[in-house]
Amino acid sequence: MREVYFDNAATTRVRDEVIEAMVKAMSLDYGNPSSRHKKGMDAELLVREAREQIAKTLKVKPKEIFFTSGGTESDNMALIGAAMARNRRGKHIISCNVEHAAIYKTLEYLEQQGFEISIIPVDSKGHVDLDKLRAEIRPDTILVSMMYVNNEIGAIEPVEKIGALIKEINPNCYFHTDAIQAYGKLTIRPAKEHIDILSMSSHKIHGPKGAGFIYINEKVQLNPIIFGGGQQMDMRSGTENVPGIVGTGLAAKLYYEHHDEQIEKIVAVKDRLIDRLEQMDKVTVNSERGLLSAPQIVSASFEGVRAEVLLHALEDKGIYVSSGSACSSNHPAISGTLKAIGVKNELLDSTLRFSFGIYNNIEEADYCADCIEELLPVLRRYTRH
Amino acid sequence: MQYQSFLIKYAEIGTKGKNRYIFEDALMHQIRHHLQKVEGEFVIQKEQGRIYVNAKTDYDYDEVIDALKRVFGVTGICPMMQLEKCEYDELRKKVVDFVKVEHPEDGFSFKVHAKRADKHYPVTSDEINADLGHDILEANEGARVDVHHPDFVVYVEIRQKINVYTQVIKGAGGMPIGTNGKAMLLLSGGIDSPVAGYMIAKRGVMIEAVYFHAPPYTSDRAKQKVVDLAKLVARYSGSIKLHVINFTDIQLAIYEKCPHDELTIIMRRYMMRIAEMIAEKNDCIGLITGESIGQVASQTMFSLRTTDEVCNLPVYRPVIGFDKQEIVDLSEKIGTYETSILPYEDCCTIFVAKHPVTKPNLGAIKKSELRLSEIIDEMVEKAVNEEEVIWCS
Repeated sequence: MREVYFDNAATTRVRDEVIEAMVKAMSLDYGNPSSRHKKGMDAELLVREAREQIAKTLKVKPKEIFFTSGGTESDNMALIGAAMARNRRGKHIISCNVEHAAIYKTLEYLEQQGFEISIIPVDSKGHVDLDKLRAEIRPDTILVSMMYVNNEIGAIEPVEKIGALIKEINPNCYFHTDAIQAYGKLTIRPAKEHIDILSMSSHKIHGPKGAGFIYINEKVQLNPIIFGGGQQMDMRSGTENVPGIVGTGLAAKLYYEHHDEQIEKIVAVKDRLIDRLEQMDKVTVNSERGLLSAPQIVSASFEGVRAEVLLHALEDKGIYVSSGSACSSNHPAISGTLKAIGVKNELLDSTLRFSFGIYNNIEEADYCADCIEELLPVLRRYTRH
Repeated sequence: MQYQSFLIKYAEIGTKGKNRYIFEDALMHQIRHHLQKVEGEFVIQKEQGRIYVNAKTDYDYDEVIDALKRVFGVTGICPMMQLEKCEYDELRKKVVDFVKVEHPEDGFSFKVHAKRADKHYPVTSDEINADLGHDILEANEGARVDVHHPDFVVYVEIRQKINVYTQVIKGAGGMPIGTNGKAMLLLSGGIDSPVAGYMIAKRGVMIEAVYFHAPPYTSDRAKQKVVDLAKLVARYSGSIKLHVINFTDIQLAIYEKCPHDELTIIMRRYMMRIAEMIAEKNDCIGLITGESIGQVASQTMFSLRTTDEVCNLPVYRPVIGFDKQEIVDLSEKIGTYETSILPYEDCCTIFVAKHPVTKPNLGAIKKSELRLSEIIDEMVEKAVNEEEVIWCS
């Protein structure tokens, strides 16, 4: 059966070149980067090369890149590390209401530890309200954390404006961005956008799972959250995951080489699917065309159909997508983002996310749209009361 | 100390007169089956009124006990020292040493319970009790005899060989699987049906199971959950043949043609009909469900009567009088609870009316079902013929 993988915001297929490089890092260059001998040095050079590859993509210094186990660890390190380093200056942290759990769960923890958390709402497109942000920034605000691209609908936050606003009001306040859905797809310039700390995950850009990095501006003070052998300048102890790091570096490099071409191809898939969805009856697209929202994400609501049912019906046709929200009655956690942008209650449970990667093409978007057109009338005949 | 042998105690089956050997053979077969999954080699032997498990190789003690505790029909598991017949003085010494190893603690209370089945042995049970009591007291400082509530009993059985043990680990009870026919369990993925299957299996009944799958309304994860549950029940009952029935078309037909407050009842009636067809094809002589009176609308007495009506086979509902908490407690004990509460929808929950009938009228239900008459037989036949069989062990 034909297989169409439209769940690239969940994870991606690893590029063949990346697999090859990682295998080599395991079979030949298997040394510990901390060992004094040549085997160790070979591994250390691989880590250094990856760090340089990544620094180049952001136009930052290699020493500002620290490898982690992925997005969740980077987010935890950014928030807890900044809070611990700065708690004498203040205990106020600002974020928004469409963040990933890796952010809001960590903020809940910090709140229990005595920090004060302010949450800024987003508008109907998922963009942070800058006026409300302006009103919240105070002298004792130590950190603002705003995601770069929303993982459910693909909204791109006005990061540069947010950064400028923060620095205008309180130059001592750090700005962290969760760029897990943005890195690879958008051009990111921390210096220009006033980003002090940035989180990234490798497996969203055709790299390996369990790997990622955090960018920390050299002027920023952050406490480590993992202690041990003092690797990575004491910021992140633990023997480096050399194959994961090699994979991360190469995946990053390959995404930012011929970047425009690759993104154009992904946007074409996205726009075709949006065009087709908008022609369908009682279907609402929650994402914007082109580069007005993230190139790889389309969220759409299908009135009168339960997301999970449509998901499994598409699965039967070989199409893999994700439900915009957890939906079953046993699982009441309704999506925060969809609610925050004001999606009608009855559509919360009817929303799917389609997300694309470098291996997708326009024919797949058409096939997916054809299948949805075929399924909708059938599924709408049977609805829950 | 690695025990070489275990004495297996069984109760009810000892009382079954001439059928006794059938029960004992079934029990030995089950013990053998359960020990297959344990690393090591074991020989299972029978001696009048006794079953022994002898280890021929090294083994993991906890694993063996866990396996034996899941065999229905076993009331007690006694790790023991088994001796060849020997001089009385030597026996006394060996028993004292054995007790010392088994109970290194200070100041225990005990009694000796000797049983001389082999009347050729030169010493009587009473003499053995007295002599060993004396020896053990002497060898263990602070020990005392308590004939009413001892910390443990030292059992000494003089038979073809001599069995010595002080521990009796409680077994699962019930009757060995294979002594009481076969039944078809309607397994839904909830908390109740695995418990119901366990309870009937405990009475020696072999189990098969049927699951109603409704893709795309229920996911493959929901199906996998049912397979996992069947495997958990199979740890007690032995391998379960799971029949997966694709129920989507039937469910949609009911939805389209019948009043919506009767959906669940009519759906249950078709499930029972199909379960019975599968049961008869597979030589099952009863159905098992996890229903409990009044738990949900389809489990009121009125509803049960309405679903029962379509079956000729008896329907066993072992948790019928249990409160939810009692079922939960049992499911935790047998280890199915955590899997049961995984949040995947089953086909009973996808098309539920807000206010389903709780006192269905049989006449009305039958009349509603008439609306399906043109298509339903063919659909049922198709569903049965296209069943997917998964062996769960």
